[in-house]
Amino acid sequence: MAYVAVKGGERAIDAAHAWLATERRGDPAVPQIELNQIREQLGRAIDRVMAEGSLYDRDLAALAIKQAQGDLIEAAFLLRAFRTTLPRFASSTPLDTAAMRISRRISAVFKDMPGGQVLGPTYDYTHRLLDFTLAAGIEPSPALREAAETVRAPRIHDILGQEGLIEPDAPSDAEPFDITREPLAFPAARDARLQSLARGDEGFLLAMGYSTQRGWGGTHPFVGEIRMGATAVEITPPELGFPIEIGEITLTECQMVNQFKGSRTVPPQFTRGYGLVFGHADRRAMSMALVDRALRAGELGEEATAPAQIPEFVISHCDNIEATGFVEHLKLPHYVDFQSELETIRRMRRDAANASQDCDVQEAAE
Amino acid sequence: MNGYNFAYLDEQTKRMIRRALLKAVAIPGHQIPFGSREMPLPYGWGTGGIQVTAAVLGPQDVLKVIDQGADDTTNAVSIRRFFARTAGIATTTHTSDATIIQTRHRIPEQGLREGQILVYQVPMPEPLAKLEPSRAETTRMHGLAEYGLMHVKLYEDITRYGHVSISYDYPVMVAERYLMSPSPIPAYDNPKLHRNPALQLFGAGREKRLYAIPPYTAVRSLDFDDHPFRTTRAPQHCDLCGDDASYLDEVVTDNQGGRMFVCSDTDHCESRRAKQEQPA
Repeated sequence: MAYVAVKGGERAIDAAHAWLATERRGDPAVPQIELNQIREQLGRAIDRVMAEGSLYDRDLAALAIKQAQGDLIEAAFLLRAFRTTLPRFASSTPLDTAAMRISRRISAVFKDMPGGQVLGPTYDYTHRLLDFTLAAGIEPSPALREAAETVRAPRIHDILGQEGLIEPDAPSDAEPFDITREPLAFPAARDARLQSLARGDEGFLLAMGYSTQRGWGGTHPFVGEIRMGATAVEITPPELGFPIEIGEITLTECQMVNQFKGSRTVPPQFTRGYGLVFGHADRRAMSMALVDRALRAGELGEEATAPAQIPEFVISHCDNIEATGFVEHLKLPHYVDFQSELETIRRMRRDAANASQDCDVQEAAE
Repeated sequence: MNGYNFAYLDEQTKRMIRRALLKAVAIPGHQIPFGSREMPLPYGWGTGGIQVTAAVLGPQDVLKVIDQGADDTTNAVSIRRFFARTAGIATTTHTSDATIIQTRHRIPEQGLREGQILVYQVPMPEPLAKLEPSRAETTRMHGLAEYGLMHVKLYEDITRYGHVSISYDYPVMVAERYLMSPSPIPAYDNPKLHRNPALQLFGAGREKRLYAIPPYTAVRSLDFDDHPFRTTRAPQHCDLCGDDASYLDEVVTDNQGGRMFVCSDTDHCESRRAKQEQPA
């Protein structure tokens, strides 16, 4: 092997990119997948990439998924790197999820409530049998869909709140923290935590939420409500002074109702965990709500012992773009450091061998 | 490059980073939180160093980028291209020609001069992280200059192995106040941190921290009176240029345990060889 083999990084990079592009394309005899096919037919992947990429744009998410060959973390990274270059011209007013045009809305705590239970397009009761009619490309029969709910469906905690049974929302006019502009410090406030969780890795949130159910920081959760649908985004331009709608985004919101807090003198109330995420994503919203509630342990006077209850642990490790970067950077060259380790371990082994020789000589002399 | 600002970052972001850098220079060795942006390169590939370089880079600057001491390692090539593309600045492989040198894991062999800036890529800015994982706790420890934990770690190493086992990212005290990670440079490079005429800037993108060593600042590698700090290098000489004092990479050349040793600093090695070839 010639030493020159480790040179030529520039040519290697160009060649690798060209090979990657060919591999991404696959068999040229098969037509290229089109972005509108990804957007229309891989909607849940789009939702996940938009959530973890922190950018609501279904077309760009489709492009990112195509470019990343379906590697959703890589796709989210592409969106993030694009998002960071965008100018910010306004902040929205707080979204009113009570005014959501509901496609799905279920509660596990009341059999029925104003606005009703709406299953919507869910996998919940599908039998997980591979559907070979899909493989054959057979078109589905048209869905029976009732007109989108136009009545204002009150949120479940508004219903519980009428009796004071659940902790109220503390209204606030404070500017929310923005983890994409400000460095996070611990202890982190709930707004910063929620923002981190909303774009956190779905697998990580799921595992953390799951751990609380298995006794690592239990919160006794009930799904108060999951709702999914289109929600208006409004901004208030300073020159107008009143809010105008700039578009609609699909959101999934989860309100967990958790075991109460109170004392002999303070009437007990249910506590809450909250999840709000882009797209149709029950799993993500529910996991987020479980973890949010677990992270409130300190604030609610609970002993924080489980991983899911430790904000610094959860928030510092939930971001898959950061995590994948740091894990994968281990494949970058480290040979300078490894060389110093080699010299150190060789010296230690010499020292240890000399020391044991000295011992042997001493023993032989005795 | 079309559609992007000079050196990629927008001017507001650069201003934010420069403010943080000014703070960092004012408090040598102290980690300054900054609003680290998502970059088009992955975390761990030098996003902190790239943001620092982008913030201090001007159109007249000449940039050198090294990884493992070499200008031709893939990531060094990639970062150098990034700036050539987004800023259109001149690049070089010669340490003496560069006004800004971005580095990963090495300090060039050739001494730096006043006016040069050395930008380090830092994976883990917190020197106490391996001993205390909570940043809330280590922030408190820095505030109180409470570094006993690190001294205990060094002491335990000495009792167990006879000497300190840290061979890279060897902790230093900056201006006798802040304990600092010099980034994963080999301990061999630590003495070059001390009273260096160049400005040394450190960027950790994923951890969102910056710090600095202003020119001529005292930087002491932690040690004990009876166990003074010492550096390690392969005891060979470079098989290409013959240097017996530079930091060497060990290259495996065959399946029979064959090895050759070559300078990790490619510019240093090439300059020496060029001089040797010149007729005397």
